[in-house]
Amino acid sequence: MAEMTKRAPGGALRRNRIRSRWNDRVFDGVAALILILAVLAVAYPLIYVVSASFSSTTAVMAGRVWFLPVEPSLVAYEAVFKYDSIMTGYLNSFIYMAVGTLINLVLTTLCAFCLSRKDFYGRGIVGGMVLFTMLFNAGLVPNYLLIKNLRLYDTMWAVILPGAMSAWHVILMRTYFSSSIPEELYEAAGIDGCPVWRQLTSILLPLSGPILAVIGLYCAVGIWNSYFDAFLYLSDKKLFPLQVVLRNILILNQMDMTVTADLRDMATRRGMSYLLKYAVIVVSSLPLLMIYPFVQKYFVKGIMVGSVKG
Amino acid sequence: MTGVNSLKRGGGWESVRKKLVKSLPYYALILLPLAYMLVFRYYPMLGAQIAFKDYKVRLGIWASPWVGMKHFNTFFKSANSWLIIKNTLVISLYSLLASFPIPIILAVCLNESNVKWFKKSVQMITYMPYFISTVVLVSMILQFTDISSGIVSQMYRLFGAQAPNVMGEVGSFRSLYVWTGVWQTMGYSAIVYLAALSGVPLDLYEAAKVDGASKMRKILSVDLPYIAPTIITLFILNAGSILSVGFEKIYLMQNNFNTPVSEVISTYVYKVGILNNSFSFSTAVGLFNSVVNLVMLLVVNQLSRRISDVSVF
Repeated sequence: MAEMTKRAPGGALRRNRIRSRWNDRVFDGVAALILILAVLAVAYPLIYVVSASFSSTTAVMAGRVWFLPVEPSLVAYEAVFKYDSIMTGYLNSFIYMAVGTLINLVLTTLCAFCLSRKDFYGRGIVGGMVLFTMLFNAGLVPNYLLIKNLRLYDTMWAVILPGAMSAWHVILMRTYFSSSIPEELYEAAGIDGCPVWRQLTSILLPLSGPILAVIGLYCAVGIWNSYFDAFLYLSDKKLFPLQVVLRNILILNQMDMTVTADLRDMATRRGMSYLLKYAVIVVSSLPLLMIYPFVQKYFVKGIMVGSVKG
Repeated sequence: MTGVNSLKRGGGWESVRKKLVKSLPYYALILLPLAYMLVFRYYPMLGAQIAFKDYKVRLGIWASPWVGMKHFNTFFKSANSWLIIKNTLVISLYSLLASFPIPIILAVCLNESNVKWFKKSVQMITYMPYFISTVVLVSMILQFTDISSGIVSQMYRLFGAQAPNVMGEVGSFRSLYVWTGVWQTMGYSAIVYLAALSGVPLDLYEAAKVDGASKMRKILSVDLPYIAPTIITLFILNAGSILSVGFEKIYLMQNNFNTPVSEVISTYVYKVGILNNSFSFSTAVGLFNSVVNLVMLLVVNQLSRRISDVSVF
């Protein structure tokens, strides 16, 4: 193509240039349009949920909310904060998140550290074992029977332990360790007679803040948002994490009617429960969406570590 | 003499023992993760043997009698099986086709944008839905498509049309499932490609400029070939799970109207296994699913290694 333009007479060349600049401008316009459309498609539903939750029941039911809150009111939020099971769910989710993330970090770090060391005899086998858990899953029932047989059913451990170490996180962390911590550091320490566990605590840990943050965030968000293990292994309502409580309210419509008891007729009750759901959505997603802008860069970093070598 | 020999062979039992002893501190550290993996990942794989047994709670996993392929035969002979497999395949293929190109387009457009604040805001906003839980996402779908007060019905009414009962009909289920998935993950998936695009060497761009390439040309001949390995890697990983549609979202979206298209292997395994207590049968179906996934992953990986020299392992 380059040769063709060289051979073409001067006028044609200029015409080509102008046409290509024109093409580029069209291209820029189309690209910007795609991005704007993507932003609108993502943001509009989110804005709508927030606006609806702050509107009055009648405005929402009559379909008068389009973008901003109509007849602003806080009735839905008052109801949400009076709702006991949501508050219990919040607390439970918080405990599961804190304990689960801690256990995750400890197990993942120990495993990834050993797998990143070249003088660990057997790392190939252990590494293969980790990888295989990513490729093959025993299935729902065998896992369920395990939890039953270990007598973990209906305990908080049934929510925390099944996901306590993910092969994917081990691989991410190992990649980070072997690419960012020079072997010489360990060698020097080894010559000085520093035992392996001290190498872990005084060489590796001080240097691995970013990856610990990344994996910790992945775990925390994962635990906060998941409902499957709790749904499968818990039947005691006092142990339910937020997501299971939400499922009962939002999807199964099992709403505690004492919240709306002071409303007289059916229609207002229905309206209230519909509006309440928007407020519940906002309240339950708020913690993550609030910390999101601050931690976003860690997530991006995590994905990049992962994409260096899968 | 023997010492020299064992050195030549680079081992022998004695040297293995020495290496193991030297690695003991590592084994002490990895004891906990290893034990965890054995109990929570590998023991259930042994437990999956009940797929070939008639599991009795009284007898336990090991003592229950063997029945060979009985449960697999029952599954493949049942009228449901092919429908469920078909549903799973259709939904995951549809998902793959819809959710694969969009993040790439998004990343390429973002990469072309020179306005920094715009680029950052677009990234930040499109990435946001990734943090919304499945329960919340599905309830948003239910709220929006609510026939009397949902925003979707509201829009139909604005144009004087009759509001459809989206969740109440079979036809719209797949699209709803797939496109809400795209909505939730496109920003997240775009980041990987964006990271890959940021690694394109500048001299390639300069060469393209000297040759008078248009932006479109530059994307087709420089950008896309450069990120092709990333695209292929992700494709392998996605294709490996072609027969697994995650349980969480589809189960929440299921209702009596849409089960003819929304019943997939994972939901079926749950219903038969946990709700009906057919442990062995359910395990057999699950095992079939896991094996197909593993085989798919290995096949696609091999194919891609042959064709393009890119493979995950």
